[in-house]
Amino acid sequence: MAEEMTVKELDQVVVRFSGDSGDGMQLAGNIFSNVSATVGNDISTFPDYPADIRAPQGSLTGVSGFQIHVGSGKVFTPGDKCDVLVAMNAAALKTQYKFAKSTACIIIDTDCFQKADLDKAAFTTDNPIEEMGIRQDVIAAPISQMVKDCLADTGMDNKSMLKCRNMFALGLVCWLFNRDLALAESFLRAKFAKKPAIAEANIKVIHAGYDYGHNTHASVNHTYKIETKVKVPGKYMDISGNKATAYGLIAAAEKAGLRLYLGSYPITPATDILHELSKQKSLGVTTVQCEDEIAGCASAVGAAFAGALAVTSTSGPGVCLKSEAMNLAVIQELPLVVVDVQRGGPSTGLPTKSEQTDLLQALFGRNGESPMPVIAAISPTNCFDAAFAACKMALEHMTPVVLLTDAFVANGSSAWRLPDLKDYPSITPPYAPEEMKGHYTPYQRNEQTGVRYWAVPGREGFAHILGGLEKDGRTGAISTEPENHDMMCRLRADKIARIEVPDVEVYGCKDDAELLIVGFGGTFGHLYSAMETMNRAGKKVALAHFQYLNPLPKNTCETLRRYPKVVVAEQNLGQFAGYLRMKVDGFVPYQFNQVKGQPFVVSELVESFMSMVK
Amino acid sequence: MSNYTAKDFKKGQPRWCPGCGDHFFLASLHKAMAEIGVAPHETAVISGIGCSSRLPYYMNTYAMQTIHGRAAAISTGFKVANPDITVWQVSGDGDGLAIGGNHFIHAIRRNVDINMILLNNRIYGLTKGQYSPTSPRGFVSKSSPYGTVEDPFRPAELCFGARGRFFARAVATDAVGTVEILKAAAAHKGAAVCEILQNCVIFNDGTHESVYTKEGRSKNAIVLEHGKPMLFGENHEFGLMQDGFGLKVVRLGENGVTEKDILVHDAHCQDNTLQLKLALMEGPDFPVALGVIRDVDDMTYNDAVHEQIEEVSSKKKYHNFRELLLTNDIWEVK
Repeated sequence: MAEEMTVKELDQVVVRFSGDSGDGMQLAGNIFSNVSATVGNDISTFPDYPADIRAPQGSLTGVSGFQIHVGSGKVFTPGDKCDVLVAMNAAALKTQYKFAKSTACIIIDTDCFQKADLDKAAFTTDNPIEEMGIRQDVIAAPISQMVKDCLADTGMDNKSMLKCRNMFALGLVCWLFNRDLALAESFLRAKFAKKPAIAEANIKVIHAGYDYGHNTHASVNHTYKIETKVKVPGKYMDISGNKATAYGLIAAAEKAGLRLYLGSYPITPATDILHELSKQKSLGVTTVQCEDEIAGCASAVGAAFAGALAVTSTSGPGVCLKSEAMNLAVIQELPLVVVDVQRGGPSTGLPTKSEQTDLLQALFGRNGESPMPVIAAISPTNCFDAAFAACKMALEHMTPVVLLTDAFVANGSSAWRLPDLKDYPSITPPYAPEEMKGHYTPYQRNEQTGVRYWAVPGREGFAHILGGLEKDGRTGAISTEPENHDMMCRLRADKIARIEVPDVEVYGCKDDAELLIVGFGGTFGHLYSAMETMNRAGKKVALAHFQYLNPLPKNTCETLRRYPKVVVAEQNLGQFAGYLRMKVDGFVPYQFNQVKGQPFVVSELVESFMSMVK
Repeated sequence: MSNYTAKDFKKGQPRWCPGCGDHFFLASLHKAMAEIGVAPHETAVISGIGCSSRLPYYMNTYAMQTIHGRAAAISTGFKVANPDITVWQVSGDGDGLAIGGNHFIHAIRRNVDINMILLNNRIYGLTKGQYSPTSPRGFVSKSSPYGTVEDPFRPAELCFGARGRFFARAVATDAVGTVEILKAAAAHKGAAVCEILQNCVIFNDGTHESVYTKEGRSKNAIVLEHGKPMLFGENHEFGLMQDGFGLKVVRLGENGVTEKDILVHDAHCQDNTLQLKLALMEGPDFPVALGVIRDVDDMTYNDAVHEQIEEVSSKKKYHNFRELLLTNDIWEVK
């Protein structure tokens, strides 16, 4: 039968691993994406994990998923639906089947579809495939038993053996896509470097899974291959958005020659930034896990005054608490980066899910005239550049800056070509020149930029006070004088308005689009894919995707007015559309709004946008 | 010898009400700083909001007047980021113990090397006369016209409860006593809480009346000094003795009591039981304890943070961004 197997070439494929939260689906997914990326495929991944700390085993609420989109060329999203669904138990099949394409191949572990498993997953018959009306190819394999057989002579206990089930599924998927197991082996050996026995057991099981597919052909009649079309040579790693954010902060501190200080408080989905930075002591990174969100930001303001590159990381509910200290940095004109990894709100909302609902909070959520730059990261790897840009802006313009990411971008990952800091711009804070010694006051400004000078404590002849009270622009003393306050409000606003940011780029049919799609932040991949799909269908559509939200790029008005129709698509009820209407006279866009806590679905975007064009 | 005089630390003209305890304290702080001898440009004074939090505006040092209650958190970030600077954090009882209570206890618990001044006048002055978390039960104020129905915090108890390693107390009008404890706080490495009892002439006049004058203190206060017997009274005729689980006031010569029977103060004792008892004494049955009540050495948070950075740095092989990148699973596309 082996002769009859054919290898089909694919442009792209989406694989979704799902199982109980303890089944190691994230690891299996990570290895598959790394193996794919190593051969030069582009990857985009998205973990979908439950909010419960540990839901009961086998229950519907305890299902954890990990989706990987692998492409021969560029891929921009983790994909709407999957071509291969791995369901390690009945609950996973029940909850994840909706993510499977009609042509998908479904892999299940029949050992976890026993009566008790079916009951926990609320199946009413003993045939879940029929009960759910599944028509796709199903590879039903007794995975648990085969794993136990495979590891029988290792002396491992039952529980430890079953922990390797994920590798069997991974082996099967690797066979299906003709992946080289040597790469997976080296990842496993590195991961379990300190536990070689575990590494070898996992490797044994991965081979068993692969061989099972190879020997039985696993009830499918062809396997697949994804060739790499466009290779950009270089060294790569797989990086999540949160890790990329942490790396961007580290890189900026190094570039600026400053110590990096993070004041933070654990909050989903931002905590991984604190985790990542707290590991990097050998780079001199200082992290303080504070008593609350307020102290996280307040201590960062203190660190900024003391002369560090100061950062606080959080999610929306944390921003509510930090806003008073953020405002202190506004009036004191101190550099501070506030990372807001947006999640579903209001209040505690949907802690593990993704939204873009903090935009107006970031722009306006403080008392008084409180101008603050806002930058939004557009993809996991872009978090690095966005974090670097936020630090540069904060330090060079002496201002707090909000970096907006979201749960989707923060937890998703992509292959990332290692950057060389030589290619990044220098960061030069406006330190008070030595000539000011003895007559320095804190609100003297550089006339060109409107930025005040920074005198770090410890310098003789530069002692000064900063305060939360309004100050006289010349002397730095407390002032309630009406004209002075009016002037200071304008100076602070003007300073931010004058920050130069890159123009917004237009993709697609930029010369003759009938419809311009407008978005910001983490929805880039989905909007770009929707645009591409429509272009392929012959529709004249373009995309303008914003990273710099305050100040807006100089070409914003001109771009928005250039096209007959504009649709603003965002994961909220119209915050960016409203903001643009405030900034662009007469701007009346179509709107596409969703607040489901889930990434956009490209096909839904296309369907909606199609109705706006002829 | 210090190279500085009080004048080197002075700036501007204070705007507090005439007779306000803040004036007395400010003068003592200037004097203490001159005697301590840390340069003005190597000193930072950080406050929150309230009458007393205006103090940094009158300091010729690096200074920061911030937001309500957050001075301890801001000072923590400052000290960790720039440990070479001596940090003084100034709060009132509302700023430090009400809105800022959480930061107060955590800065003490972590033992950040900051001198934490708590100016306690048992009232909100800047908002014009509401009861504070240190106002006594039944206290009548604009926001408690029928008297409060809650018990106050006793700052020493909070400090000790948060594992405080240093606690001292002085009366604002007593320049000598105040300068003494400020110098002791500066010499102490770690979070050093100094409670300053002070008057609000407008909204809470006479709140510390029993100890506000020299005569009052001689009768109603005891100045504790490490290694000295706990004697007080105009002619040191009274003393403190242990009495079961508590303390008692005795008169020397009565019932055969001699100076040998009197407790000797041990500010360095790790066990804070007796120190807490001393700190909580109040009239009319007991004298109010002044001076350095507890002063115990311990590792500071900022030192621990930087020692850990040093230690990990010496073990790890990557020390810059490029080297960090290469610690990841890397693959090469050719």
